[in-house]
Amino acid sequence: MNDTVQVIKVGIADMNIVRTPYHIRTSGLGSCVGVVIYDQGKELAGLAHVMLPDSTLAKGGAFNIAKYADTAVKELVNRLLKNGARDYSLKAKLAGGAQMFQFSSSNDMMRIGPRNVEAVKRELAAYKIAIVGEDVGGNSGRTIEFDPKTCLLNIRTVNKGVFEL
Amino acid sequence: MSFLEKISTVHLDVLKEVGNIGAGNAATALSTLLNKKIDMRVPKVRVVSFDEMMEMAGGPENIVASVFLRIEGDAPGSMFFVLSLEQASTFIQQMTGDSQFSFAKPPYDEIAMSALQELGNILSGSYLSSLSDFTKLDLYPSVPALSIDMVGAIISFGLIELSQVSDFAIVIDTALDDDDYNGPKSVKGHFFLLPDPDSFEIIFQALGVTENE
Repeated sequence: MNDTVQVIKVGIADMNIVRTPYHIRTSGLGSCVGVVIYDQGKELAGLAHVMLPDSTLAKGGAFNIAKYADTAVKELVNRLLKNGARDYSLKAKLAGGAQMFQFSSSNDMMRIGPRNVEAVKRELAAYKIAIVGEDVGGNSGRTIEFDPKTCLLNIRTVNKGVFEL
Repeated sequence: MSFLEKISTVHLDVLKEVGNIGAGNAATALSTLLNKKIDMRVPKVRVVSFDEMMEMAGGPENIVASVFLRIEGDAPGSMFFVLSLEQASTFIQQMTGDSQFSFAKPPYDEIAMSALQELGNILSGSYLSSLSDFTKLDLYPSVPALSIDMVGAIISFGLIELSQVSDFAIVIDTALDDDDYNGPKSVKGHFFLLPDPDSFEIIFQALGVTENE
C-alpha cells in the first residue's frame, strides 16, 4: 500500500472499475459483501459493495443496481466486458458478509451477511466465474483494496490486522 | 421512497423533538450513572445518503465502540449509541474502577465489555422509554449488542431495513459532550435513531401531525 498509488474509492451500495496503475478500495464492509471481478491479463478489475442479496427485495420502483447481489454482479460483468475484459478469463475474489451483531431474533434480516455471500456466489456461478479467494463470515468489519496488476486483495480488519488474498 | 418525498420541515421539527426528549433523558441517565456533567447538543435531523451517514460518525473506517439495538413494537427501528474508543475507555474506567483498561489490543476484558454494554442498555432504555411516554406508542428495546469495529461495518447493519426501500436515511442524531475532558472540544458520543420506513407515519400520527402537513 504505497501512498503514491492512486486509489479509487467505492462507497456503500456502489461499484466502479479500474485499470493499472489504479487500485480500487471499499471501506467498512460489515454484513455487506465486497466482490472483485478481474481479468489479470488486461489488468482490469471491478469492485461492487453489495448490501442486499436480491433485487426482488426492493420495495420501490427504481433502485440502485449496485446495492443487490444479482444486479450488481451482472452490471459489473457487463462493464468489464465493455471495457475489453475477456469473459473466459474473468475471476473473482470476495470479502465481507460478517455477522456484526449476535441476535437471537428470528428475523431473517439478522443473518443478512451469510445471505449476501450465498447470493453473490450464486450469481458468480451463473456467469461461470471462478472464485479464487474469499474471506467471508466471522464478526468483524473489513476494508479491502485490490491491485489489478498483482491481483492481490488486501484485507484489513480491526482484530486480525492486515493480510493479502 | 414515499416517506421521503412527503417529508416537510414540520416533520423534521417533530423528529428533532423526538431526538431531544429521548437523548435528553439518556444524557440525564448517563450523568447520574457517572456522577458528572454531560452536555447534550441540539439534535440534528438530516436526510442523508448512506455514505454521508458514515461520515457523520467519523468515516467508514473510523473504529468506534457501538451499542446497537432493534426497537420492536408499534414503530420498529434501529438505534445506535456510538462512542469514540477514547471516550468508551474513560467510561469503562469510571464504571469498573480499572484505570488500566484500554482498547489497545483485543481480546478485551469481559467485565469491561459487560459494563459498556450495560451503559448502552441503560442509556438506550431511557431514550426509548421517554420516547414511548411522549408518543404513547409501545416500544421495546431488543437486548443490546456491543461491537468494537469500523463505523461502516456497524452502521450499515442498521441501514438494512431502510435500504430495501430507499438509498437515503432520515437520521436523528444527538451528540453528547463530556465536560471534564481536557483537550480539544470534540463530540464524544452520538445517538443515532433510524426508524424503519413504515414507522415514520406511525410516529407522526401518534404526535398528531398528519402526513400532508
